[in-house]
Amino acid sequence: MSDNLDQSVSDAKSKLDAHTYEIVQWHFHESTGSPFWLGKKAELNFDPLTEVKGFDDLKKFPLFEDEWLRGGPVNRWIPKGLEGQPTFVFETGGTTGIPKSRVVIEDHRLDYEMFSETLPDQYFPKGANWLMLGPSGPRRLRLAVEHLCQHRGGICFCIDLDPRWVVKVIKKGWMDHLEEYKKHCIDQAITVLTAGHDIKCMFATPKLLDQLATGLEERGTSLPEIGITGIFSGGTEFTPQWTRYCVEELFGGPPEESGVYMTPTYGNTLMGLACSEPVTKENKYKITYHAPQPRAATEVVSFDDPNELVGYGETGRVKLTTLTRELFIPGFLERDEAEREKPHEMYPWDGVSGVRPYTCSPRVQPSAFTNRPE
Amino acid sequence: MVNIPVIRWGEEYESLETQELVHHSTGDVIGTQSMANGGLITRDMRKAQTARDILKQFSIEELVEKMGKAGDLFVNGNLSIGGSEQTPQDFILQQSATTGLPEHMVELGMSKNAFVMNNMGRIIDALTRGLPLDILSNGWGKEARGIPVSYQCQTPILAAVLPSNSPGVHTLWLPAVPLQIGLVLKPGQKEPWTPYRMFAAMVAAGIPKEIWCLYPGSGAEIGSAVLSKCKRSMIFGSKQTVDNYKGNPRVQAHGPGFSKILIGDDCVDNWEEYIDIIVESIYVNGGRGCINTSSIWASRHTEEIAQALAEKLGPIEALPPTDPNAGLAAFTIDGMATAIWDSIKDDLDEDGVTHVTGQYGDRLVEKELCGYIRPTIVHCKSPENAIAQKEYMFPFASVVECPEDKMLTSIGETLVCTGITNNESLRNQLIDCTEIDRLNLGPVPTTKLNWLQPHEGNIIDFLFRNRAFQVPEELL
Repeated sequence: MSDNLDQSVSDAKSKLDAHTYEIVQWHFHESTGSPFWLGKKAELNFDPLTEVKGFDDLKKFPLFEDEWLRGGPVNRWIPKGLEGQPTFVFETGGTTGIPKSRVVIEDHRLDYEMFSETLPDQYFPKGANWLMLGPSGPRRLRLAVEHLCQHRGGICFCIDLDPRWVVKVIKKGWMDHLEEYKKHCIDQAITVLTAGHDIKCMFATPKLLDQLATGLEERGTSLPEIGITGIFSGGTEFTPQWTRYCVEELFGGPPEESGVYMTPTYGNTLMGLACSEPVTKENKYKITYHAPQPRAATEVVSFDDPNELVGYGETGRVKLTTLTRELFIPGFLERDEAEREKPHEMYPWDGVSGVRPYTCSPRVQPSAFTNRPE
Repeated sequence: MVNIPVIRWGEEYESLETQELVHHSTGDVIGTQSMANGGLITRDMRKAQTARDILKQFSIEELVEKMGKAGDLFVNGNLSIGGSEQTPQDFILQQSATTGLPEHMVELGMSKNAFVMNNMGRIIDALTRGLPLDILSNGWGKEARGIPVSYQCQTPILAAVLPSNSPGVHTLWLPAVPLQIGLVLKPGQKEPWTPYRMFAAMVAAGIPKEIWCLYPGSGAEIGSAVLSKCKRSMIFGSKQTVDNYKGNPRVQAHGPGFSKILIGDDCVDNWEEYIDIIVESIYVNGGRGCINTSSIWASRHTEEIAQALAEKLGPIEALPPTDPNAGLAAFTIDGMATAIWDSIKDDLDEDGVTHVTGQYGDRLVEKELCGYIRPTIVHCKSPENAIAQKEYMFPFASVVECPEDKMLTSIGETLVCTGITNNESLRNQLIDCTEIDRLNLGPVPTTKLNWLQPHEGNIIDFLFRNRAFQVPEELL
């Protein structure tokens, strides 16, 4: 690491420590904290107000259990200091049973405004209209993308897409229905894209982006030809190989040749949006994410001890911490594993690469192994 | 170390995502394979017609001859796989290492595949019932009796989503190439060896590489891409997989066989005469195939039959794959053998079910990185016992006590049925029973295949449509 980067890393750590102290004070003070955390405070064997002075002190908390987010009353998550403000509720899961809920006042806007600063104007022009080719319904992503677009001066077009129905169709093994539903989504997107709305930017899930590019080609056009210059996408499906495939086969080359720039992101309803270092062919399309510190932090921790960081380049479980005035999550083990990466000049704190679903011991279903084709 | 690439119409493509191919018992990495993403398939399939156009530059007879050569090369040749040379012995060691199959079974599987390749002309002649082959090439022709006949090809390529657990399945898609139809294969994650060696052998024998796509990758993503983009596909999987594709004319789904041996009342008193063919039907090829017997049905002497089978099969030990006497294949997925055995134990608790091989020691053999289950025979007092309808990927069978007149309404789906009876009425009922696919009348092992017979559907009917066709007299 250069001296400059060393200094940046040190500054970022100090900022994170100060921010941690401030957020813990907010969430555990009787006048500002949420009913949930004030209630939890009584269960802790330490006083967060006096014993949490920096980020490392968060290890004193037990791991956050996302099951706590299931069911009501959802108001218990609203800090007293923010009471009375217009409040959204966003959900995750919910194909069966009660979904997990998170209340939001303006975090989604702040997160995506920060993300907006990382987008190159050449490919995400200010004032351009956007297409949101992703889930609709009670999702943070849908409103966040719309806000990102509006923040940059554009108007966002959306489609109807119910991810809970998609999950049900897959579980039922209705693969023909799944294909038809994908077509239904792509038809909506192509209708909007070809209706003269001057759309230049879009969010798309990896699968839908793939389908959209193919659908456009079947109609004799392409993403560049239809005017798309900037795409952001995300999720564990967003792998180096998938990125290479998009660049080489869907876009027609790197941004300087095809005019299409794509940036990966990693995030969820709890954290916000982790941004990627630049992804290039020279770097074998390696994707390294850095959380939006100090509002959130990601760590790669030992599979055996969630308080122990793995070494750089080593594999572990992704641990997430959220530190905003709206939400405090002191260490949540994501369902993903990854490699720990060193700080980067643009993001002088640890990153994560190779994010993929956590492969714990296989949950063996005997019925899956009773086939014996000859 | 072998590095297996994706093959896209004959061209190698190295993915940025790779998966290690690991020895099932030592954990040694013996190679890597590139992992395709679903989008590659969607794009490549737009050029599928080219594969058939290329193959139609050869006659079916020429392709049959090349297949014969490829069969010889498959068994005896040194072939280029993933940039390195593979001898036949390398192939045996590699396939055994990743699948857990004993080496001598791999060698036997090789010879089966080669037999089919060497006899492709006879096999196609049998499957087409002697149809002149130019009718398949041209789409129509004239029968000897002067009537026009048309077989319309339904797809330029045949796709197959292949399993890791049974190299024998490859014989099912082999006829596609001489029938001038290209191949799009998703190999099983632990068994890329046979498809890649077949590819190399066919190319070395003069069949253009451009008719091949090979996409190693995740079952869910690559499997669903293949099935959704190809007009005719084979898939090998569980009963649920088969049920999912039931009635779908684009997909031929192969799953568990639930193959059975039924002994009629007229023969059952002589049950000792049939023990050897029953043992063979249960045990051959490690009991992994859908043609292995999973239950034996009779109205009486069932406890004695179960005991006799247990005496023959119960003492069999799990031996290393290098041992020429090894008869069991390893379960190579961590925890799989234990999970299967736990499931069996639950069924053994049911009233009327007796585990007969327990007296020969523990069935479950857990190793550090893999597991085995030794041959297991259970006795069922009734067809209602849940385990009577189960099938597992090791030598396992239930001996089911059932009155003769209730058998055919109780057996359920049966890929291969051996009916041991001289009772004409029962024979006729067996012939008429639509639950049975392949029927053996008489003491024939369920595992004995005649390659000149269709297996689980005739591939000609799957790939071609026999339709009405009329032309003016002068064109005939």
